[in-house]
Parts: sequence; C-alpha cells; structure tokens
Amino acid sequence: MLLSGRWLKDYTNPGVSQKIFMDAMTASGSKVEGFSTEGEELENIVVGKIQKLERHPNSDRLWICSVDIGKSEPIVIVTGAQNLKIGDYVPVALDNSTVFGGKKIKKDFLRGVESAGMLCSLEELGLTLHDFPYAISDGIFVLGDDCDKTLGKDIREAIGLNDVVTEFEITPNRPDCLSIFGLAREAAATFEKKLKAPKTDLVSTSGYVNELLSVSIEAPNKCFRYCGAVVNNVRIKPSPLWMRERLRASGVRAINNIVDITNFVMLEMGQPMHAFDLKFVEGSSIIVRCAREGEAIITLDGISRPLDSSMLVIADNNKPIAVAGVMGGEFSGIMDDSATIVFESACFDDVSVRKTSKKLGLRTESSSRFEKGLDRELCDTALRRALVLVQQLDAGDVVGGIIDCYPRKKETTVIPFKPDWTNRFIGIDVSKTEQINILEKLQFKIENDRIYVPSFREDVKHLADISEEIARYYGYENISDRELSGKADGRLTEKQLFERKINELMVSLGACEVLTYSFLSPKAYDKILLPSDSKKRNSVIITNPLGEDTSVMRTTPLPSILDVLSRNFNNRNSEAFVYELSTVYIPRGNDALPDEAQVLTAGIYSSKANYYLLKGIVEELLNQLGIDNVSFNALADNPSYHPGRTAVISVKGEEIGIIGEIHPNVLVNYEIGMRCYAFEISFDALFKNALKTKTYKPLPKFPAATRDLALVCDKSIPVAKLSNIIKKAIGNQLEEIKLFDIYEGSQIPEDKKSVAFSLTMRSSDKTLTDAQADEAIKNALKELEIIGATLRI
Amino acid sequence: MKLQLESIRNAAKDLLEKVSSKQELEAVRIKFLGKKGELTLILRQMGSLHPEERPKMGSLANEVREYIEAIIEKKTEEIEASERESRIKAETIDVTVPGILHPLGHRHPLSIVLDEVKEIFLGMGFKIATGPEIEWDYYNFEALNIPKNHPARDTQDTFYITDNMLLRTQTSPVQIRVMEHSQPPIRIIAPGRVYRSDAIDATHSPLFHQIEGLVVDKGVTMGDLKGILMQFAQRMYGDNTKIRLRPHHFPFTEPSCEMDVSCFRCGGAGCPMCKNEGWIEILGAGMVHPKVLENGGINPDIYSGYAFGVGLERLTLFKYSIDDMRLFFENDLKFLTQF
Repeated sequence: MLLSGRWLKDYTNPGVSQKIFMDAMTASGSKVEGFSTEGEELENIVVGKIQKLERHPNSDRLWICSVDIGKSEPIVIVTGAQNLKIGDYVPVALDNSTVFGGKKIKKDFLRGVESAGMLCSLEELGLTLHDFPYAISDGIFVLGDDCDKTLGKDIREAIGLNDVVTEFEITPNRPDCLSIFGLAREAAATFEKKLKAPKTDLVSTSGYVNELLSVSIEAPNKCFRYCGAVVNNVRIKPSPLWMRERLRASGVRAINNIVDITNFVMLEMGQPMHAFDLKFVEGSSIIVRCAREGEAIITLDGISRPLDSSMLVIADNNKPIAVAGVMGGEFSGIMDDSATIVFESACFDDVSVRKTSKKLGLRTESSSRFEKGLDRELCDTALRRALVLVQQLDAGDVVGGIIDCYPRKKETTVIPFKPDWTNRFIGIDVSKTEQINILEKLQFKIENDRIYVPSFREDVKHLADISEEIARYYGYENISDRELSGKADGRLTEKQLFERKINELMVSLGACEVLTYSFLSPKAYDKILLPSDSKKRNSVIITNPLGEDTSVMRTTPLPSILDVLSRNFNNRNSEAFVYELSTVYIPRGNDALPDEAQVLTAGIYSSKANYYLLKGIVEELLNQLGIDNVSFNALADNPSYHPGRTAVISVKGEEIGIIGEIHPNVLVNYEIGMRCYAFEISFDALFKNALKTKTYKPLPKFPAATRDLALVCDKSIPVAKLSNIIKKAIGNQLEEIKLFDIYEGSQIPEDKKSVAFSLTMRSSDKTLTDAQADEAIKNALKELEIIGATLRI
Repeated sequence: MKLQLESIRNAAKDLLEKVSSKQELEAVRIKFLGKKGELTLILRQMGSLHPEERPKMGSLANEVREYIEAIIEKKTEEIEASERESRIKAETIDVTVPGILHPLGHRHPLSIVLDEVKEIFLGMGFKIATGPEIEWDYYNFEALNIPKNHPARDTQDTFYITDNMLLRTQTSPVQIRVMEHSQPPIRIIAPGRVYRSDAIDATHSPLFHQIEGLVVDKGVTMGDLKGILMQFAQRMYGDNTKIRLRPHHFPFTEPSCEMDVSCFRCGGAGCPMCKNEGWIEILGAGMVHPKVLENGGINPDIYSGYAFGVGLERLTLFKYSIDDMRLFFENDLKFLTQF
C-alpha cells in the first residue's frame, strides 16, 4: 500500500520527520516497508521562459533559444524540438544537471553553437501524458497554468513532482488500512493529531434518481448492500493536477475525470467503485443476482468468460453487465460519448468474490479488496464522496438522491470492557482512562463498560483483539519483559536422544548428513527399477504439485540418496559418503493420515569403497548402539540392488534393513560412473533393538589362549556359516573369532577355498591349558567336518 | 695382589674413560669382569691367600669391582644419552607435510543450527514435540482460526492430498496436537518440515523448516513472551543483542508481533546484511488466541499462553552468510563439508 505524503496531509498532519513517521507507524502496527521521493534523481532542472527563438545557422532542424531562468542574463540553449514558441514556460536542465534515468546534462556545442543545457520533455522528467494530458509526447513539456511558473524554481516543486511516498505492508486483517483515510486514521492516533474526514456534502442536485434507475438485490447472502447514483450531462475531461498527482503517487494512472474519481475514492476510502454508462443498462434496472447456468460475459478486457450459478453478477433486464466485485462487462466502461452514468458502490460477500475471482482466473484491484471483507457501512459515504468530487471537478450534473439497497445491516460488535483483563493478559498496567483514550482515538465507543467496535474494524471480535489495540498503542517496547518462571522439565525423550546418537555415530563414521526433498517424481520408482506392481509405488499423491518431479511423497529414501550421489558425482566430487534420517510416507487411505516412518539411509561411492567397507560401518554402528544378534543374509531379488552383492540385515531373525551394491542398471539411470553402495535401516527397528542400559563386565583375570584355524571348504559355504559352527562348538570360552584370510588358487582344489580364523579363548575361572584349548579346536573341527570343512594341511 | 688389584682399577679407569660406544664398553667389561676377565681371574686366586689376608683382599677386590661397575653404568648412561641425542638429530622430519587424515563426516548446516536452537530451549525448560508432516486441514488451518476461504490461506499456498488432507504449511498444527494431549503447564518447541507451493529460487523452497514454540500456563503474559524471546536472541546472537517487537497479524495469535534482532553483523549501525536498517527480522510470535486455546481443549479463562515460529533456513542463512537457499537441498559435498 502506497501512501502519498501530500494526500495524507489532506486529513491529518503528523508533523514529524519521515524517519520518525516510519518508525512510529511501524511501532503502532502499520509496518513500513520503505519510502521513495518523487523526482529524486532529477537535479538542477528549473523553470525557464522562452524569450527568443532563432533558427540554427548550421542546421534546418535545430533552434537556438534564449531562455530566462530568473537570472540577470538569459541562457542560450540549442534544441531540436519543434513545439516551442516565445513565452512558453519549460523545464530547463542546466549545466551539470541530471534528468530521469540518471542521465547527466552538461554544457556542449551543437553544430558550433554552445548550449548551456537542455530543455526537457515529459519523458526526461520521468512522466507520461497521464500526468500532464495537455503536453505532447514528442516535444518539450510546456508548463500549463496548473504549474508554478516562477522562473528559476526547481522543476519538481513547480509541477508537484515532489511527493514523499511511504510503502506499507498491510496484513490481511486490516483491509481498512488499504486506504489513504484508513492510514490517516492510524497516523492521527499514532501522533495524537486531529483527523479531518473527506467532504461528502453535496452542493445541489437536480431531478430524482429513482426516476432514472431501479436496483434490486436477488442474492442478499452475496450482496449485502448496493448503492447507486446517477450523473447527467457528463463532461469527460482530464482531472485537475491535484487529483492526478495523488493518483500518480499511489501508482495509478490518471485517465479522465470520471474514471479518476472512481480510482480516487477507492484509494481514499478503500471502497471499490464502478462507473458505467446508463444507456447500456437495458430497462434502466439493475438486478444483483447469481449468474444463470450457460450465461457468459465479455469482460472489459475483451475476454469472453463463462459464468455459473455460484457467481454473483450485476445484470440489467436481459444480461449480466458486470461480474460483481471483479470486473465490468465490455460496454460498461466510460466512453467519450457517455452522457449519463451510474456510480455503483456496493458490498459483496468476501468468500463469494474470492471464489468467483479464482474460478475465472481474474484477480483485480477490486476483487482483492472485496476478498478481504469490506465495511458495508462505507458504501453510501464513498458514493457521496464520489458525487462531491463530480461536482468539484464539474464532471457532470448529479441527479438528486441515491439508491440504497441494504438488505443486511451488519450488527455492531459489542465487547465487554475489562481493562484489568487486558492488563493481566499483556502484562502491563495501563489505567482505565488511558485505555479508553487509546480506544477512542481508534474510533471505538465505550459506554457502560461496553466497547462498540466501529464498523470498519471487522477484525475486532474478542477481548484479546482489544488487548492488541491497547498493547500496540501503549507500545510493545514499553511492555517489560519477565524472567522465565514456573515449573519446567526440559529434556529429550529416549527416542530423541537415540536420534542424536545415530547422528553422532554416522558423522564419526565419516558420513555427511544430507537433507533431501520428501517428494519426488513417480518416475524415480522406474529409475530404481521397482516392478510395476511394487507396493512401494503406492504413494501419497499431491493433487496440486509444483511439477511432476515433486508430485508424490516418497515411500523409499533410495532415490533421494541416489540423486545426491549422482549430483556429487556429476559435480566431480571424487568420493561421497552421505546419510540421511529420511522420512517415508506410506498411504493409509483417505480417512487416516499416512504412516511417517524414518529410515536411516546411507550411500557411498569412492575408489576405496566396496560392500565390506560399508558393511563394516553398519557393523560398527550396530555395535556402538548395543545391537547384537545381527545377521546378514544374501538377497538376490531386490531390483535396485546387485543380485550377488546384497544382504538383508536382521536382528534376532527380524529384518531391519538392507545393504548392498546398487544395481549397475540403476547406476546407469542415475548417470553415476562408479560403483555405489547403500544401506537402508528402519529407525524404529534400531531404536527397539538398541541396548538401553549397559552393564559392566569384570575384566579378565586369567590369560587367553589363541589358536589360528585354517579351513578348506566348498566355495559356496558362507563364512558366517563356518564361524557360527565354531562359535557353537566352542561355546562360552570363545572370546573372539576373527577372519584373517580367504584364499582361492594354487594349492587349493578348484572348487574349494581356504578360510583362516584367529580364535581367542578364555575361561573366567581358570587358566586354559594347551590341552584344553586343543580339545576345543578339535570339537570345532568335528562339527565343521559335517559340512565338509577340513583343516588345511 | 693388592698392587694387582690397584693396577686393574687404574687400567679399567683409563680404558673406560676412552670408550665411546656400547661395543667398546662391552669389550672393557668382558676384559675385566667377564668369565675370563682380569678381576675374575684374581678373585679365583683368593683361595690361595692366607686366611687372614682373605677378607681384606676380598673386600678390596669387591671395591674394585663395584668401582668398575659404577663407571660402566655411568658410561652406559652417557653413551645411551649421546646415542639418543644423535638419533634425534638424524630424524628431523618435514612437519609441513600434510597429516594422515581420518576424516569425520559433517552434520548438515540446518541440523547444526537446529541443534543449537534445541539446546537453548532445552536449557530453558522446553521439551521437543513433533507432529505429522501430512496433516488434516483442521489442524493446519481451522483449529488455528483460519477457516476455509480465509485470506490468510492465500499467503500460504498449500499442497493438497485430498480436500481435507494436506502437507502442513506451518509447524503451528503441533500446537493444537500438544494441547489436545497434555495439560498446562506446557512448554515445548516443535521443529519440522513444512511445505508451501513456492517455486524454487534463491529465497524460496517448496520445503523448508520451522521451529514452533508454545507455552501455556496460568498468568502467562506478553511480558513473558518478550522475556523468552530476548533470552533466545541473546543466546543465539550474543549478550549484547537487542530485540524489537513490531505489531503484526497472525490468525492464531492476538496480539501478534514480529521480532527483529539488532543486526549481528553491524550491531545496529546499518550494513548490507540488514539493508541498512540495523534490524533483522527473525520470527513471528504472539499470545495464543483464546479460541485456539479452546480448540486445543484448554480453558482460556484459566490459562493463557504464547507461541512463536522461527524459520530455520533464515537463521542458518544469516548464521553462515549463505545467499542461496537451494544449496541446502542440493547437498553438494563442497558445500556440506564447510560446516
């Protein structure tokens, strides 16, 4: 919302510097975004008067002008413009001046004649014909009688290009502040100054409006009030400078007096207005009704729009002539030959306007104001204001009376006045008198301990809202802050501590945490080669996604991690080891929220990486978390993983995750030119199986016996099978079993391999003798022989 | 014999003075104290002495042996010391050669800052609550005073799953969930992912993180809110940080405010980071709207509360002077390993 400083002063004068104005307005609740000064970059441009005009001796196009700028001697300026005559007042850019766009002007010779500067066009002042309709676009701007023609005067002051415009961010609860008068009301309250209301008293009128127009509302639930007035003998012409400059400062182009009045009133009072030609209203009757199925309208912008019965229209006897609160129909505009016009000032239901505007894909200044919910009490005031302006601008003859259809009067909101409640709620001590003073400044009425909320404050419904009014005018900065008090029990839950531990472990194991989007493209499931009937393809679907590639909520974290690996590989990072505690979203139908489960996911590529490296990391992780009874069993049928290099991870027989090399075909899809390895482990399973409390085991008192055991067996026998047999055969005395070699090749039969373990055995109550240790090994060998594993000789 | 012993002593002393290596020292030891050493041989002759002479000579011989041994020991230490000395001299290394790395991983910058925020609030007695990312419209909007067709829905472009199910646009629905399941005093923060249909650019992301705060108790005031926000700002940005509350509007708090902190780069003097304002907007907050308390099953006549919401990305961008939000979700290791 742009606030012209000049316009503001029509109603109230804060009487402070711009800086103080902005800070105080922000502090009282109208947030200032910034400000700008019109004509700021114009420098050293003054009003001059053409005294002499001569042809340039060396050019048939150029003129040599003698220009009086109020100094003792006139200056000489060479110009190529053809619209000048002696006696014209013009903007003169002197030597060392700056025109619009930052262009510097200096003394210069033009075909041998020295020019002391430049005469300016509108464009060179940053203006257009909308600002000065009597100027021409391809010549020098000749100042009209609405300008100050004092010679030598700064051009900005002379033509009113010197407004200071403050930009406000208005929150959606305060549509009343989307108007100059609304902000003036806040400013007057903030600076404790008088507030002067715009004039709404008509001088004199002729005739009677009811003879020219009738209005009926058929949809009172969507149109709360409709006010109309008629102006005869319309005299279309440009608006005066004061109106044009106020519109310009507000970012609105001046068009002609009637259109400008509607815009002026909308900006001034916040009430969208509509003016249309009475001759296009068939039967001279306006009917506010819902559109009929199949009806259509060509709106002002020339587009034909189909309507439906949920949309409110302004119609005449035969057809819709405007989409209520959104846009007028094609013939509803003001033409140069319009003789009799209707001013409409109405209040439409915010939700209805919002829905209609959305359905039509048509958002206008008017619709965006109605959407926020406008004050229906404002309709007639704004209409009267427009009519006063018509008279003031001599834009036509106002017909007597206004039509006011007001089927739904809004009841005044009444809130009990409880100053103590407010003091307690905010933590302040503001006297009842002072609270009344603040509220009255804001036009609330207080009688018998009841607060009557002004109609333009639809946002105030509750004592808490009243407290906000008190607090912001008392000053948030004056509320004293209190130290923390009361009972508190700040701590992490067991699960939150566990999550923290996993993060610490993953980082200390060398992985970098990544954060990836929760949504992905359904094509990601193709990229990881999920079969078409895979359950994992059943995702939560976003009905209005930004794009296809963020349209479903992931059911597996793998594509996200592969995307990260791919991006790093293609950004030429030589290695990457990343992890995420990723959430996956498993649908449970429309009546239940999806299951949101966390999966610890990691991926790695590196010249040193292989399955065993990543497995070692998982083993260390599980070990640190106190999870034992872990087994890794070969898994050949996960489509995303290498069939010969993948394992299911189980704890006590329950599957908790998967680890393996990414399937080479998947790597092709992700354009990763190195082998990748990944694991996915359920966070809940980790949490469930983790050892919550650790118990100390006494340190060994007796020495250990160590034996190396080299076995020869079929290649197909997994090492885990061998070590499990050894563990079982030796039992408790086996303290540690370490694999130290796997060998295939010469000296070993072709279909066999050699597997060598180093065993550490220890008893808790005695020193193991050599004989006892040998006996244990012998027992193990006996068991191993059953599966054909023998001692390597 | 006495003369013999004394000459051995002198000879040994002379020899030992000259030795400079362990081998020479060992040779001297063997020459005198070895199995066939000179002193050993003399001791063997002890038996042939007159019984009266024996103790005298015996003690003299021992004296000589101890004397030699003492010198040898001293000499050994000297030689070892000088050997260490020369070894030390010989083994100078180039200490500028890079070390052998044992690289650890890195937490994501958003996680680092989130942990920092969590620590601050844990220290002030807050617990950490969570809620689902895929939410009911009721929790995300209606219970928070944002009915269907409310203009505030415009500012939060929402991803919908069904008419009633959506990706939460804020962490505020956790407020309602916490209130539904617990009785005051309540003091929680709720960090998490939120979603809005904003196209991806340097300052927008369809997914980002918020940290919600909620305190409900008897007699909670805006002064308490100001106090806690001040604590947070000072712990986050230093003890000299000042805060400024500006009136604002959120449908679920009343009064509402936005909090600025004095610019942590320039201290409030004005710099490019704070766009010369001296203040940086950090969060939104306010007193929980009595209707929202009611929606959470809490009697607003007995209890009051305040709530606040912080954007984690914003905190992190400022903390590390990062200028592009996309970096957070691209996960390039050249970026991640900086933190």
